[in-house]
Amino acid sequence: MSHDRSKDTRSEYDVIVIGGGLAGLTCANMLARGGHSVLLLEQHYNLGGLATWFKRKGHIFDIALHGFPVGMIKTCRKYWTSEIASMIVQLKGIRFDNPQFSFTTTYDREDFTRVLEQRFKIPRENIEGFFDTARNMNFYDDQSMTTKEFFEKFFPGRDDVHRMLMESITYANGSTLDDPAITYGIVFSNFMSKGVYTVRGGTDQFIGKMREELLKNGVDIRTKCLVEKIITKDKKVGGVIANGKTIKSKAVVSNGNLLSTIHKLVGDENFSKSFVTEAKKMRLNNSTCQVYIGIKKGERIDYIGDLLFTSEAEKFDPQELCSKNTTSRTFSIYYPQTRPGSDMYSIVASSNANYNDWANLSEEEYRASKEALIQRTLYALEKYVPKIRDKIDHLEAATPKTFQRYTLHLSGASFGTKFEGLKVSMGLPKEILGLFHTGSVGIIMSGWLGAANYGVIVANDVDKFLSAGARNV
Amino acid sequence: MTKEQIKATILEIIAQIIPDEDLSNLKGDIPLREQVELDSMDFLDLIMELRKHYGIEVPENDYMQLATLDGSVAYLEPRMKKL
Repeated sequence: MSHDRSKDTRSEYDVIVIGGGLAGLTCANMLARGGHSVLLLEQHYNLGGLATWFKRKGHIFDIALHGFPVGMIKTCRKYWTSEIASMIVQLKGIRFDNPQFSFTTTYDREDFTRVLEQRFKIPRENIEGFFDTARNMNFYDDQSMTTKEFFEKFFPGRDDVHRMLMESITYANGSTLDDPAITYGIVFSNFMSKGVYTVRGGTDQFIGKMREELLKNGVDIRTKCLVEKIITKDKKVGGVIANGKTIKSKAVVSNGNLLSTIHKLVGDENFSKSFVTEAKKMRLNNSTCQVYIGIKKGERIDYIGDLLFTSEAEKFDPQELCSKNTTSRTFSIYYPQTRPGSDMYSIVASSNANYNDWANLSEEEYRASKEALIQRTLYALEKYVPKIRDKIDHLEAATPKTFQRYTLHLSGASFGTKFEGLKVSMGLPKEILGLFHTGSVGIIMSGWLGAANYGVIVANDVDKFLSAGARNV
Repeated sequence: MTKEQIKATILEIIAQIIPDEDLSNLKGDIPLREQVELDSMDFLDLIMELRKHYGIEVPENDYMQLATLDGSVAYLEPRMKKL
Protein backbone atom coordinates (compact mmCIF):
# COMPACT_ATOMS: atom_id res chain seq x y z
CA MET A 1 0.00 0.00 0.00
CA SER A 2 1.48 3.27 -1.11
CA HIS A 3 0.10 5.22 1.87
CA ASP A 4 1.81 3.00 4.37
CA ARG A 5 5.35 3.23 5.69
CA SER A 6 8.00 5.62 4.59
CA LYS A 7 8.45 4.36 1.02
CA ASP A 8 8.13 6.94 -1.74
CA THR A 9 7.88 9.97 0.53
CA ARG A 10 9.27 13.15 -0.92
CA SER A 11 12.74 14.05 0.29
CA GLU A 12 11.52 17.32 1.81
CA TYR A 13 8.32 18.91 3.14
CA ASP A 14 7.41 22.27 4.64
CA VAL A 15 6.13 20.52 7.76
CA ILE A 16 6.27 17.04 9.23
CA VAL A 17 3.59 16.25 11.82
CA ILE A 18 4.51 13.39 14.13
CA GLY A 19 1.44 11.59 15.46
CA GLY A 20 -2.13 11.53 14.24
CA GLY A 21 -4.05 12.32 17.43
CA LEU A 22 -6.87 14.82 17.19
CA ALA A 23 -4.48 17.74 17.73
CA GLY A 24 -1.97 16.47 15.14
CA LEU A 25 -4.70 15.78 12.58
CA THR A 26 -6.28 19.21 13.02
CA CYS A 27 -2.90 20.92 12.88
CA ALA A 28 -1.98 19.03 9.69
CA ASN A 29 -5.31 19.92 8.10
CA MET A 30 -4.96 23.64 8.85
CA LEU A 31 -1.40 23.73 7.52
CA ALA A 32 -2.34 21.90 4.31
CA ARG A 33 -5.29 24.26 3.83
CA GLY A 34 -2.84 27.12 4.19
CA GLY A 35 -0.90 25.83 1.20
CA HIS A 36 2.01 24.13 2.99
CA SER A 37 3.28 20.68 2.03
CA VAL A 38 2.58 18.36 4.97
CA LEU A 39 3.75 14.86 5.84
CA LEU A 40 1.82 13.13 8.63
CA LEU A 41 3.55 10.20 10.31
CA GLU A 42 1.68 7.84 12.64
CA GLN A 43 3.21 4.77 14.30
CA HIS A 44 -0.11 2.93 14.67
CA TYR A 45 -2.07 1.55 11.72
CA ASN A 46 -5.06 3.79 12.52
CA LEU A 47 -5.16 7.56 12.80
CA GLY A 48 -6.84 9.14 15.83
CA GLY A 49 -4.40 8.55 18.69
CA LEU A 50 -6.55 7.86 21.74
CA ALA A 51 -9.63 8.67 19.63
CA THR A 52 -9.56 5.12 18.42
CA TRP A 53 -11.61 1.94 18.19
CA PHE A 54 -11.27 -1.79 17.71
CA LYS A 55 -13.47 -4.56 16.33
CA ARG A 56 -14.39 -7.88 17.95
CA LYS A 57 -17.14 -10.35 16.97
CA GLY A 58 -19.16 -7.78 15.04
CA HIS A 59 -18.77 -5.16 17.77
CA ILE A 60 -16.94 -1.89 17.34
CA PHE A 61 -15.66 -0.57 20.67
CA ASP A 62 -14.89 3.14 20.94
CA ILE A 63 -11.96 3.87 23.25
CA ALA A 64 -12.78 7.56 23.52
CA LEU A 65 -14.91 10.46 22.29
CA HIS A 66 -17.48 9.24 24.85
CA GLY A 67 -18.50 12.80 25.61
CA PHE A 68 -17.24 16.25 24.71
CA PRO A 69 -18.62 19.82 24.79
CA VAL A 70 -20.83 21.40 22.12
CA GLY A 71 -17.89 23.58 21.03
CA MET A 72 -16.63 20.58 19.05
CA ILE A 73 -19.37 21.20 16.47
CA LYS A 74 -18.02 24.68 15.82
CA THR A 75 -14.44 23.43 15.85
CA CYS A 76 -15.22 20.74 13.28
CA ARG A 77 -17.14 23.19 11.10
CA LYS A 78 -14.37 25.80 11.21
CA TYR A 79 -11.30 23.58 10.92
CA TRP A 80 -12.73 20.50 9.16
CA THR A 81 -16.00 20.26 7.23
CA SER A 82 -19.72 20.80 7.87
CA GLU A 83 -20.20 17.11 7.11
CA ILE A 84 -17.89 16.10 9.97
CA ALA A 85 -19.56 18.67 12.24
CA SER A 86 -22.98 17.23 11.38
CA MET A 87 -21.98 13.84 12.84
CA ILE A 88 -21.99 15.33 16.34
CA VAL A 89 -25.10 14.68 18.45
CA GLN A 90 -26.13 15.39 22.03
CA LEU A 91 -26.22 12.76 24.78
CA LYS A 92 -29.18 13.73 26.93
CA GLY A 93 -29.13 11.14 29.69
CA ILE A 94 -26.20 11.84 32.00
CA ARG A 95 -26.59 9.96 35.25
CA PHE A 96 -24.81 10.33 38.59
CA ASP A 97 -25.03 7.55 41.16
CA ASN A 98 -22.95 7.41 44.34
CA PRO A 99 -23.59 7.23 48.11
CA GLN A 100 -23.98 11.03 48.27
CA PHE A 101 -26.47 11.59 45.45
CA SER A 102 -28.23 9.98 42.51
CA PHE A 103 -29.95 11.83 39.66
CA THR A 104 -30.14 12.20 35.88
CA THR A 105 -29.29 15.46 34.15
CA THR A 106 -28.73 16.97 30.72
CA TYR A 107 -25.46 18.32 32.17
CA ASP A 108 -25.92 21.97 31.26
CA ARG A 109 -26.12 25.19 33.23
CA GLU A 110 -29.90 25.33 33.31
CA ASP A 111 -30.32 21.80 34.60
CA PHE A 112 -27.38 22.00 37.02
CA THR A 113 -28.90 25.19 38.43
CA ARG A 114 -32.17 23.32 39.00
CA VAL A 115 -30.37 20.42 40.73
CA LEU A 116 -28.21 22.71 42.89
CA GLU A 117 -31.22 24.74 43.94
CA GLN A 118 -33.78 22.00 44.52
CA ARG A 119 -31.72 19.02 45.59
CA PHE A 120 -28.73 20.65 47.26
CA LYS A 121 -30.64 23.74 48.52
CA ILE A 122 -27.99 26.20 47.37
CA PRO A 123 -29.04 29.89 47.23
CA ARG A 124 -29.56 31.11 43.66
CA GLU A 125 -26.97 33.90 43.95
CA ASN A 126 -24.18 31.47 44.86
CA ILE A 127 -25.05 29.29 41.88
CA GLU A 128 -25.13 32.28 39.51
CA GLY A 129 -21.89 33.64 40.96
CA PHE A 130 -20.18 30.28 40.50
CA PHE A 131 -21.27 29.82 36.89
CA ASP A 132 -20.46 33.40 35.91
CA THR A 133 -17.01 33.25 37.48
CA ALA A 134 -16.24 29.93 35.75
CA ARG A 135 -17.47 31.21 32.40
CA ASN A 136 -15.32 34.32 32.54
CA MET A 137 -12.09 32.44 33.22
CA ASN A 138 -9.38 32.73 30.58
CA PHE A 139 -6.26 30.66 30.18
CA TYR A 140 -4.10 33.75 30.67
CA ASP A 141 -5.74 34.55 34.03
CA ASP A 142 -4.21 34.20 37.49
CA GLN A 143 -3.44 30.57 38.33
CA SER A 144 -2.96 30.79 42.08
CA MET A 145 -6.50 29.81 43.11
CA THR A 146 -7.07 26.05 43.23
CA THR A 147 -10.28 24.34 42.15
CA LYS A 148 -10.92 23.40 45.79
CA GLU A 149 -10.66 27.08 46.84
CA PHE A 150 -12.95 28.05 43.97
CA PHE A 151 -15.59 25.55 45.19
CA GLU A 152 -15.18 26.65 48.82
CA LYS A 153 -15.82 30.25 47.82
CA PHE A 154 -19.32 29.54 46.52
CA PHE A 155 -20.23 26.27 48.28
CA PRO A 156 -18.34 26.32 51.59
CA GLY A 157 -18.12 22.97 53.36
CA ARG A 158 -20.34 21.21 50.82
CA ASP A 159 -18.28 18.20 49.79
CA ASP A 160 -21.36 16.71 48.11
CA VAL A 161 -21.61 19.72 45.79
CA HIS A 162 -17.85 19.68 45.23
CA ARG A 163 -18.14 16.04 44.18
CA MET A 164 -21.01 16.71 41.79
CA LEU A 165 -19.00 19.49 40.13
CA MET A 166 -15.62 17.73 40.10
CA GLU A 167 -15.98 13.98 39.57
CA SER A 168 -17.12 13.97 35.95
CA ILE A 169 -14.48 16.53 34.97
CA THR A 170 -11.83 14.33 36.60
CA TYR A 171 -12.93 11.59 34.19
CA ALA A 172 -12.87 14.04 31.29
CA ASN A 173 -9.38 15.46 31.77
CA GLY A 174 -7.71 13.99 34.84
CA SER A 175 -7.77 17.26 36.80
CA THR A 176 -8.50 17.29 40.52
CA LEU A 177 -9.15 19.69 43.40
CA ASP A 178 -5.52 20.81 43.72
CA ASP A 179 -5.17 21.93 40.09
CA PRO A 180 -5.59 25.62 39.21
CA ALA A 181 -9.22 26.76 39.19
CA ILE A 182 -8.94 28.06 35.62
CA THR A 183 -8.14 24.56 34.33
CA TYR A 184 -11.43 23.45 35.84
CA GLY A 185 -13.49 26.53 35.01
CA ILE A 186 -12.74 26.56 31.29
CA VAL A 187 -13.46 22.87 30.67
CA PHE A 188 -16.50 22.87 32.96
CA SER A 189 -17.99 25.96 31.29
CA ASN A 190 -17.47 24.41 27.87
CA PHE A 191 -19.66 21.48 28.95
CA MET A 192 -22.18 23.62 30.81
CA SER A 193 -22.94 25.78 27.77
CA LYS A 194 -25.08 23.09 26.11
CA GLY A 195 -24.38 19.65 27.60
CA VAL A 196 -22.50 16.55 26.45
CA TYR A 197 -22.03 15.47 22.83
CA THR A 198 -20.71 12.45 20.96
CA VAL A 199 -20.23 11.24 17.39
CA ARG A 200 -23.05 9.49 15.57
CA GLY A 201 -21.50 6.83 13.38
CA GLY A 202 -18.73 6.11 15.85
CA THR A 203 -15.08 7.05 16.15
CA ASP A 204 -14.14 4.91 13.13
CA GLN A 205 -16.31 6.94 10.76
CA PHE A 206 -15.37 10.26 12.37
CA ILE A 207 -11.63 9.67 11.99
CA GLY A 208 -12.25 8.10 8.56
CA LYS A 209 -13.87 11.33 7.34
CA MET A 210 -10.96 13.33 8.70
CA ARG A 211 -8.56 11.09 6.83
CA GLU A 212 -10.46 11.71 3.58
CA GLU A 213 -10.35 15.45 4.16
CA LEU A 214 -6.61 15.41 4.87
CA LEU A 215 -5.95 13.49 1.65
CA LYS A 216 -8.19 15.90 -0.26
CA ASN A 217 -6.15 18.81 1.09
CA GLY A 218 -2.94 17.14 -0.03
CA VAL A 219 -1.53 15.80 3.25
CA ASP A 220 0.81 12.87 2.68
CA ILE A 221 -0.31 10.33 5.31
CA ARG A 222 1.91 7.46 6.39
CA THR A 223 0.70 5.05 9.03
CA LYS A 224 2.82 2.35 10.71
CA CYS A 225 5.64 4.84 10.42
CA LEU A 226 7.56 5.27 13.65
CA VAL A 227 9.62 8.43 14.11
CA GLU A 228 12.88 7.55 15.84
CA LYS A 229 14.50 10.96 15.92
CA ILE A 230 13.84 14.62 15.27
CA ILE A 231 16.92 16.01 13.53
CA THR A 232 18.23 19.29 14.92
CA LYS A 233 21.37 21.23 14.15
CA ASP A 234 22.55 24.53 15.62
CA LYS A 235 19.23 25.00 17.43
CA LYS A 236 17.30 24.52 14.21
CA VAL A 237 15.05 21.71 13.09
CA GLY A 238 16.10 19.78 9.96
CA GLY A 239 13.62 16.93 9.65
CA VAL A 240 13.04 13.48 11.10
CA ILE A 241 14.24 9.91 10.89
CA ALA A 242 11.26 7.59 10.40
CA ASN A 243 11.47 3.84 9.89
CA GLY A 244 15.21 4.43 9.44
CA LYS A 245 14.76 6.97 6.65
CA THR A 246 15.80 10.63 6.82
CA ILE A 247 13.12 13.07 5.64
CA LYS A 248 13.85 16.80 5.59
CA SER A 249 11.50 19.60 6.62
CA LYS A 250 11.49 23.26 7.59
CA ALA A 251 9.26 22.63 10.59
CA VAL A 252 8.34 19.66 12.77
CA VAL A 253 5.20 19.43 14.90
CA SER A 254 5.21 16.65 17.48
CA ASN A 255 1.80 15.39 18.56
CA GLY A 256 3.56 12.74 20.62
CA ASN A 257 3.82 12.79 24.39
CA LEU A 258 5.65 15.98 25.40
CA LEU A 259 8.16 14.23 27.68
CA SER A 260 9.23 11.69 25.06
CA THR A 261 9.37 14.43 22.42
CA ILE A 262 11.94 16.30 24.51
CA HIS A 263 13.93 13.50 26.10
CA LYS A 264 13.78 10.87 23.38
CA LEU A 265 12.99 12.33 19.96
CA VAL A 266 15.09 15.50 20.27
CA GLY A 267 17.40 14.65 23.18
CA ASP A 268 18.23 16.75 26.26
CA GLU A 269 21.65 17.73 24.87
CA ASN A 270 19.95 19.88 22.24
CA PHE A 271 18.13 22.10 24.72
CA SER A 272 19.33 24.75 27.15
CA LYS A 273 19.93 23.49 30.68
CA SER A 274 17.20 25.69 32.16
CA PHE A 275 14.65 24.32 29.68
CA VAL A 276 15.53 20.72 30.52
CA THR A 277 15.24 21.52 34.24
CA GLU A 278 11.80 23.02 33.64
CA ALA A 279 10.76 20.06 31.49
CA LYS A 280 11.83 17.58 34.16
CA LYS A 281 9.50 19.22 36.68
CA MET A 282 6.56 18.49 34.42
CA ARG A 283 4.09 15.97 35.84
CA LEU A 284 2.19 13.51 33.66
CA ASN A 285 -1.51 13.03 34.09
CA ASN A 286 -2.88 9.66 35.16
CA SER A 287 -3.75 6.78 32.88
CA THR A 288 -6.92 4.76 32.33
CA CYS A 289 -8.42 1.28 32.71
CA GLN A 290 -11.27 0.21 30.48
CA VAL A 291 -13.57 -2.79 30.25
CA TYR A 292 -15.25 -3.49 26.91
CA ILE A 293 -18.55 -5.32 27.12
CA GLY A 294 -20.18 -6.68 23.96
CA ILE A 295 -23.86 -7.63 24.07
CA LYS A 296 -24.99 -10.72 22.10
CA LYS A 297 -26.74 -10.11 18.81
CA GLY A 298 -30.51 -10.17 19.40
CA GLU A 299 -30.21 -9.14 23.07
CA ARG A 300 -31.17 -5.61 24.06
CA ILE A 301 -30.66 -3.21 26.93
CA ASP A 302 -33.42 -0.89 28.12
CA TYR A 303 -32.48 2.77 28.07
CA ILE A 304 -30.64 3.50 31.33
CA GLY A 305 -28.93 6.73 30.25
CA ASP A 306 -26.01 7.45 27.92
CA LEU A 307 -23.20 8.23 30.36
CA LEU A 308 -23.26 6.95 33.94
CA PHE A 309 -20.87 8.38 36.50
CA THR A 310 -20.98 5.79 39.25
CA SER A 311 -19.05 5.24 42.45
CA GLU A 312 -19.38 3.37 45.71
CA ALA A 313 -16.87 5.64 47.48
CA GLU A 314 -18.47 7.45 50.43
CA LYS A 315 -16.80 10.75 49.50
CA PHE A 316 -15.00 12.21 46.49
CA ASP A 317 -11.40 11.09 46.83
CA PRO A 318 -8.92 11.67 43.98
CA GLN A 319 -6.74 8.83 45.28
CA GLU A 320 -9.60 6.34 45.38
CA LEU A 321 -10.50 7.40 41.85
CA CYS A 322 -7.12 6.29 40.49
CA SER A 323 -6.56 3.31 42.78
CA LYS A 324 -6.30 -0.20 41.41
CA ASN A 325 -9.51 -1.34 43.10
CA THR A 326 -11.50 1.82 42.51
CA THR A 327 -15.30 1.58 42.50
CA SER A 328 -15.54 4.88 40.62
CA ARG A 329 -16.12 4.50 36.90
CA THR A 330 -17.97 5.86 33.89
CA PHE A 331 -20.21 3.61 31.85
CA SER A 332 -20.64 4.71 28.24
CA ILE A 333 -23.64 2.88 26.85
CA TYR A 334 -23.68 2.44 23.09
CA TYR A 335 -27.21 1.81 21.83
CA PRO A 336 -27.70 0.76 18.18
CA GLN A 337 -28.66 4.32 17.18
CA THR A 338 -25.08 5.44 17.85
CA ARG A 339 -24.13 3.55 14.72
CA PRO A 340 -27.11 3.82 12.38
CA GLY A 341 -27.65 0.56 10.54
CA SER A 342 -26.25 -1.55 13.37
CA ASP A 343 -28.40 -3.55 15.79
CA MET A 344 -25.63 -4.13 18.33
CA TYR A 345 -25.30 -2.84 21.89
CA SER A 346 -22.00 -2.37 23.68
CA ILE A 347 -20.78 -0.81 26.90
CA VAL A 348 -17.39 0.71 27.68
CA ALA A 349 -16.50 1.20 31.35
CA SER A 350 -13.67 3.64 32.04
CA SER A 351 -11.83 4.44 35.25
CA ASN A 352 -8.79 6.52 36.01
CA ALA A 353 -5.65 4.57 36.92
CA ASN A 354 -2.00 4.86 37.94
CA TYR A 355 0.57 3.26 35.67
CA ASN A 356 2.69 2.11 38.61
CA ASP A 357 -0.11 -0.03 40.02
CA TRP A 358 -0.12 -2.09 36.84
CA ALA A 359 3.42 -1.88 35.44
CA ASN A 360 5.34 -4.21 37.70
CA LEU A 361 3.04 -7.19 38.09
CA SER A 362 4.11 -10.71 37.11
CA GLU A 363 2.34 -12.06 34.07
CA GLU A 364 0.11 -14.15 36.29
CA GLU A 365 -0.73 -11.26 38.64
CA TYR A 366 -1.42 -9.03 35.67
CA ARG A 367 -3.87 -11.48 34.15
CA ALA A 368 -5.59 -12.02 37.50
CA SER A 369 -5.83 -8.25 38.08
CA LYS A 370 -7.43 -7.76 34.69
CA GLU A 371 -9.96 -10.49 35.44
CA ALA A 372 -10.72 -8.90 38.83
CA LEU A 373 -11.23 -5.54 37.08
CA ILE A 374 -13.72 -7.15 34.70
CA GLN A 375 -15.60 -8.85 37.55
CA ARG A 376 -15.77 -5.65 39.66
CA THR A 377 -17.12 -3.81 36.64
CA LEU A 378 -19.82 -6.40 35.93
CA TYR A 379 -20.81 -6.43 39.60
CA ALA A 380 -21.33 -2.66 39.44
CA LEU A 381 -23.15 -2.84 36.11
CA GLU A 382 -25.66 -5.44 37.36
CA LYS A 383 -27.26 -2.72 39.44
CA TYR A 384 -28.24 -0.85 36.28
CA VAL A 385 -28.68 -3.75 33.83
CA PRO A 386 -30.09 -6.79 35.64
CA LYS A 387 -28.84 -10.17 34.34
CA ILE A 388 -26.13 -8.44 32.31
CA ARG A 389 -23.93 -11.54 32.56
CA ASP A 390 -26.42 -13.58 30.48
CA LYS A 391 -26.38 -11.03 27.66
CA ILE A 392 -22.65 -10.74 27.08
CA ASP A 393 -20.69 -12.31 24.24
CA HIS A 394 -17.44 -10.41 24.60
CA LEU A 395 -15.40 -9.14 27.56
CA GLU A 396 -12.00 -7.53 27.43
CA ALA A 397 -9.95 -5.19 29.61
CA ALA A 398 -7.34 -2.52 28.91
CA THR A 399 -4.92 -1.21 31.53
CA PRO A 400 -2.34 1.61 31.64
CA LYS A 401 0.08 -0.88 30.04
CA THR A 402 -2.31 -1.36 27.12
CA PHE A 403 -2.56 2.40 26.66
CA GLN A 404 1.20 2.75 26.72
CA ARG A 405 1.65 0.01 24.15
CA TYR A 406 -0.76 1.49 21.62
CA THR A 407 -0.14 5.22 22.06
CA LEU A 408 3.54 5.13 23.14
CA HIS A 409 2.62 7.69 25.81
CA LEU A 410 4.96 7.46 28.76
CA SER A 411 3.21 5.67 31.62
CA GLY A 412 0.15 5.29 29.40
CA ALA A 413 -0.82 8.90 30.23
CA SER A 414 -4.30 9.48 28.88
CA PHE A 415 -4.62 13.22 29.50
CA GLY A 416 -1.14 14.42 28.61
CA THR A 417 0.69 16.50 31.17
CA LYS A 418 -0.41 18.63 34.10
CA PHE A 419 -0.81 22.41 33.89
CA GLU A 420 2.92 23.26 33.80
CA GLY A 421 3.17 21.33 30.51
CA LEU A 422 1.50 24.12 28.56
CA LYS A 423 4.41 26.50 29.16
CA VAL A 424 6.96 23.84 28.15
CA SER A 425 4.96 22.90 25.05
CA MET A 426 4.68 26.52 23.97
CA GLY A 427 8.35 27.15 24.82
CA LEU A 428 9.74 24.56 22.38
CA PRO A 429 9.99 26.91 19.35
CA LYS A 430 12.05 29.37 21.40
CA GLU A 431 14.55 26.60 22.14
CA ILE A 432 14.76 25.05 18.68
CA LEU A 433 13.72 27.01 15.63
CA GLY A 434 10.98 25.24 13.69
CA LEU A 435 10.13 22.74 16.45
CA PHE A 436 6.56 22.72 17.77
CA HIS A 437 4.40 20.53 19.98
CA THR A 438 0.65 20.06 20.09
CA GLY A 439 -1.65 17.75 22.03
CA SER A 440 -2.97 17.30 25.53
CA VAL A 441 -0.97 19.58 27.76
CA GLY A 442 -1.81 21.43 30.88
CA ILE A 443 -5.34 20.13 31.33
CA ILE A 444 -6.66 23.34 29.87
CA MET A 445 -5.82 22.13 26.42
CA SER A 446 -6.87 18.59 27.16
CA GLY A 447 -10.18 17.08 26.66
CA TRP A 448 -10.93 16.52 22.99
CA LEU A 449 -12.09 20.04 22.24
CA GLY A 450 -8.97 21.53 23.79
CA ALA A 451 -6.70 19.16 21.89
CA ALA A 452 -8.26 19.97 18.51
CA ASN A 453 -8.17 23.70 19.23
CA TYR A 454 -4.57 23.58 20.38
CA GLY A 455 -3.79 21.95 17.01
CA VAL A 456 -5.22 25.07 15.33
CA ILE A 457 -3.27 27.45 17.57
CA VAL A 458 -0.01 25.64 16.82
CA ALA A 459 -0.81 25.50 13.08
CA ASN A 460 -1.08 29.29 13.23
CA ASP A 461 2.36 29.53 14.90
CA VAL A 462 3.87 27.19 12.31
CA ASP A 463 2.33 29.21 9.48
CA LYS A 464 3.78 32.37 11.01
CA PHE A 465 7.21 30.72 11.19
CA LEU A 466 7.09 29.39 7.62
CA SER A 467 5.87 32.71 6.19
CA ALA A 468 8.67 34.60 7.96
CA GLY A 469 11.18 32.11 6.54
CA ALA A 470 9.79 32.59 3.03
CA ARG A 471 10.17 36.38 3.36
CA ASN A 472 13.80 36.08 4.42
CA VAL A 473 14.85 33.91 1.48
CA MET B 1 -8.42 52.25 6.53
CA THR B 2 -10.79 54.61 8.27
CA LYS B 3 -12.37 53.80 11.63
CA GLU B 4 -15.58 52.82 9.86
CA GLN B 5 -13.74 50.48 7.50
CA ILE B 6 -11.87 48.90 10.39
CA LYS B 7 -15.13 48.31 12.23
CA ALA B 8 -16.66 46.78 9.09
CA THR B 9 -13.60 44.53 8.68
CA ILE B 10 -13.81 43.28 12.28
CA LEU B 11 -17.52 42.56 11.90
CA GLU B 12 -16.86 40.73 8.64
CA ILE B 13 -14.26 38.49 10.31
CA ILE B 14 -16.56 37.82 13.28
CA ALA B 15 -19.42 36.96 10.91
CA GLN B 16 -17.23 34.30 9.30
CA ILE B 17 -16.32 32.85 12.69
CA ILE B 18 -19.86 32.76 14.10
CA PRO B 19 -22.17 32.74 11.05
CA ASP B 20 -25.28 31.90 13.09
CA GLU B 21 -25.13 35.00 15.32
CA ASP B 22 -26.97 38.25 14.61
CA LEU B 23 -24.38 41.05 14.64
CA SER B 24 -26.62 43.91 13.55
CA ASN B 25 -27.31 45.29 17.03
CA LEU B 26 -23.89 44.95 18.66
CA LYS B 27 -23.12 47.69 21.16
CA GLY B 28 -19.64 49.13 20.85
CA ASP B 29 -18.89 49.60 24.52
CA ILE B 30 -20.06 46.22 25.89
CA PRO B 31 -17.75 43.17 25.71
CA LEU B 32 -18.50 41.10 22.61
CA ARG B 33 -18.63 37.91 24.67
CA GLU B 34 -21.54 39.30 26.69
CA GLN B 35 -23.57 39.99 23.54
CA VAL B 36 -22.93 37.00 21.29
CA GLU B 37 -21.75 33.40 21.65
CA LEU B 38 -18.10 34.16 21.07
CA ASP B 39 -15.89 31.76 23.03
CA SER B 40 -12.18 32.08 23.70
CA MET B 41 -11.30 30.02 20.60
CA ASP B 42 -13.51 32.22 18.41
CA PHE B 43 -11.63 35.19 19.82
CA LEU B 44 -8.31 33.56 18.90
CA ASP B 45 -9.68 33.00 15.39
CA LEU B 46 -10.14 36.76 15.16
CA ILE B 47 -6.53 37.32 16.27
CA MET B 48 -5.29 34.70 13.77
CA GLU B 49 -7.27 36.21 10.91
CA LEU B 50 -5.81 39.65 11.65
CA ARG B 51 -2.33 38.17 11.26
CA LYS B 52 -3.01 36.09 8.17
CA HIS B 53 -4.89 38.67 6.15
CA TYR B 54 -3.69 42.00 7.49
CA GLY B 55 -0.27 41.19 8.92
CA ILE B 56 -1.21 42.50 12.35
CA GLU B 57 0.33 40.79 15.38
CA VAL B 58 -1.65 41.20 18.58
CA PRO B 59 0.44 40.08 21.58
CA GLU B 60 -1.36 38.17 24.33
CA ASN B 61 -0.96 41.06 26.76
CA ASP B 62 -3.09 43.23 24.49
CA TYR B 63 -6.00 40.78 24.12
CA MET B 64 -8.04 42.62 26.76
CA GLN B 65 -8.05 45.73 24.60
CA LEU B 66 -9.99 43.86 21.94
CA ALA B 67 -12.79 42.79 24.27
CA THR B 68 -15.25 45.37 22.91
CA LEU B 69 -15.88 46.57 19.37
CA ASP B 70 -14.92 50.16 20.26
CA GLY B 71 -11.76 48.93 21.98
CA SER B 72 -10.82 46.88 18.93
CA VAL B 73 -11.24 49.82 16.58
CA ALA B 74 -9.18 52.08 18.85
CA TYR B 75 -6.45 49.45 19.14
CA LEU B 76 -6.33 48.62 15.44
CA GLU B 77 -6.66 52.15 14.05
CA PRO B 78 -2.97 53.13 14.24
CA ARG B 79 -2.03 49.64 13.00
CA MET B 80 -4.44 49.56 10.05
CA LYS B 81 -4.27 53.20 9.05
CA LYS B 82 -1.94 52.52 6.14
CA LEU B 83 -3.75 49.43 4.81
